[in-house]
Amino acid sequence: MAIKTDKAIKISQKHLLGIQDLSINDVNLILDEAHTFIKVNQSKNKKIDVLRGKTQINLFFEPSTRTQSSFELAGKRLGADVMSMNISNSAIKKGETLIDTAMTLNAMHPDIIVVRHQDSGACNLLSQKVNCAVLNAGDGRREHPTQALLDALTIINRKKKIEGLKIAICGDILHSRVARSNIYLLNMLGAEVNIIAPTNLMPKEIEKFGVNVFTDMKKGLKDCDIVMMLRLQNERMTSSFLSSNREYYEYYGLTPDKLEFAKSDALIMHPGPMNRGIEIDTILADDINKSVIKEQVELGVAVRMACLKMFCV
Amino acid sequence: MKKQYFINANILDPHNSINEVGGLIISEDGKIEAIGKKVNTNNLPTREKPIDLKGKYIFPGLVDMRVFVGEPGYEYKENFRTLSNAALSGGVTSVVTMPNTDPVIDNVSIVDFLRRRGRDKSKINIFPCASLTKNIEGTNMTEFGLLQGKGIIAFTDGVKTIQNPRLMSRIMNSAKDIGCLIMQHAEDYELAKNGMINSGIIATKLGLSGIPEIAERILIERDLTLLEKVKCRYHISQISSQKSLEVIKYRKEMVKFTSGVSINNLSLNENDIGDFKTFLKLSPPLRREEDRIALVQGLKDNLIDVIVSDHKPEDEESKRLTFSQAATGASGIETLLSLSLELYHNESLKLETIIRALTCNPAKILKINKGNLSIGNDADFCIVDIEKPWIVKKEKLISKSKNTSIEDKRLQGKVTNTFVKGKELFKL
Repeated sequence: MAIKTDKAIKISQKHLLGIQDLSINDVNLILDEAHTFIKVNQSKNKKIDVLRGKTQINLFFEPSTRTQSSFELAGKRLGADVMSMNISNSAIKKGETLIDTAMTLNAMHPDIIVVRHQDSGACNLLSQKVNCAVLNAGDGRREHPTQALLDALTIINRKKKIEGLKIAICGDILHSRVARSNIYLLNMLGAEVNIIAPTNLMPKEIEKFGVNVFTDMKKGLKDCDIVMMLRLQNERMTSSFLSSNREYYEYYGLTPDKLEFAKSDALIMHPGPMNRGIEIDTILADDINKSVIKEQVELGVAVRMACLKMFCV
Repeated sequence: MKKQYFINANILDPHNSINEVGGLIISEDGKIEAIGKKVNTNNLPTREKPIDLKGKYIFPGLVDMRVFVGEPGYEYKENFRTLSNAALSGGVTSVVTMPNTDPVIDNVSIVDFLRRRGRDKSKINIFPCASLTKNIEGTNMTEFGLLQGKGIIAFTDGVKTIQNPRLMSRIMNSAKDIGCLIMQHAEDYELAKNGMINSGIIATKLGLSGIPEIAERILIERDLTLLEKVKCRYHISQISSQKSLEVIKYRKEMVKFTSGVSINNLSLNENDIGDFKTFLKLSPPLRREEDRIALVQGLKDNLIDVIVSDHKPEDEESKRLTFSQAATGASGIETLLSLSLELYHNESLKLETIIRALTCNPAKILKINKGNLSIGNDADFCIVDIEKPWIVKKEKLISKSKNTSIEDKRLQGKVTNTFVKGKELFKL
């Protein structure tokens, strides 16, 4: 369980734009709250009324299945009125800017807006223009805070702590907002973080984030408690970053022989959606003794309920 | 026009090596009649009342080598009238305008239009550039000779770079034959692809694609290698990194060329971008503090010749977007001198070095008789209170576009009066 502090009971931020802005106290508040929602989600009556009368708008400029449905379900279980808007690229090309969209929605008095956008910093811009709380559901390659929080909750649920654990994050770090948010959060919670990627998919000066950098997966996995795999984001790759998927699998795909280097009780995580046979061996992905991928999805709803509650009320 | 007399000013004219307390006499036809310490109350006619400028400075009118004006095509961002008013308030009396307009300045007939507009609407001296290639497409050369004959001062693709090395070598050949000045915005497109800010920790943190310094360096290396064979008048528009300076230092001994730097790169670094400030999305991008310090040193060492404003007015709608969608560039002509003076006040540079890079150095590269206070020349100059503190406020800017890179910055030093051809066209 996360460390209890009796210092503050309110979140220090108005918006959830990124892990960078949160204090350790904020993180613990969210994780504690989320923990209580795990049981709610497993019970027969999953509905509670804390957000009754509140309006939640999910504004997705980028396609998403799991994050969007997770946020939608989270809002509904808390009793909020949830509206999901999928704004495809073509709608933006009609000429409406992000700010105009924000102003329009703001005029409808929502209490919370959940945003996903393909551009880094889009949520920051939006948050300056609306009166309600903004939750970042992923912006470009910058941050995906609720993913990092649900990953942390999953780890705590299994390993009972994060401090002192050795955690490897492996794959397309360059294009990954999940990696960035996780690096901030896991560092904050006292884990030792190893970053594994081919140099072409490694962001510049990432070592300054206080992580160990590896291009050799076996070395990077050595004695790790958690192996966090990332999806190869082919849709964000504009030029040749890799020679082929099969070579990538050979060097950076998680296979049983590479997993041998991690601790014997190491857990496998993946934010989804998975490219089976590219970044992860399909049998490993489904191994119920090692993989906690489904649990991540389950706890994702709890974490988002906690975030909605804490930032909305 | 009546004769005008000024006395007791600190006169700084690097071109004529004048750096003394003295006076200035402007003749009836707006020329400089006398200048320096010999102009004082003792040798002025008693019936005249000279203007006492005690404590103030007189500099030659600034020559800004990199200015974007919205005419034709983007008049809503800036036109000649608003540009010249903004320039005058910053002590700038001559500007070199970039050809990135709509249509592009790439043929003789559009130059006629431009010169007419410049003459009718502008109060300052306009020196237009034409593009190196037709429609700035980087494929076919423009008519350097004919365009130069029409009064084009230099050739550049402005915000664009000649990527094709064969074309670049041919451009250099033509430029040499005709004797015209070419200016390159040095950036390799492939290396800079999708990039928005300096490649490094800030880009990684903000989740934005980076522009590595090597994208600039590799192009400078290429051009200077080509220049070894063809000795044409070549100028690198803006340098942004320490590594580029190393190349320049090394090559200076072998080939002749000149280079400039934007006041933004001299005064700001990538950390100023903060929480996605789109006004600081610039090209070349702001780089590390080490780079900024190296650029200041480069001016000291005469490796960089010119400071430019890189004045690029953009309207609100082009900037109120996410960082990746927002337009590149900052408005800066009216704060060019004041921001440069910061480097004097914080003891980074000598006043003379700064004024040289803003007046006679650009004039020399352009081969124009501006940026000096020589006797008989047009009296283009500004009077500056270099100690006067003020704060940059967006709403107080004169330029049509308010995209300043230094909003709310405290500056010291302000132009109080600007004269063009002896006429006072700006007064604080």
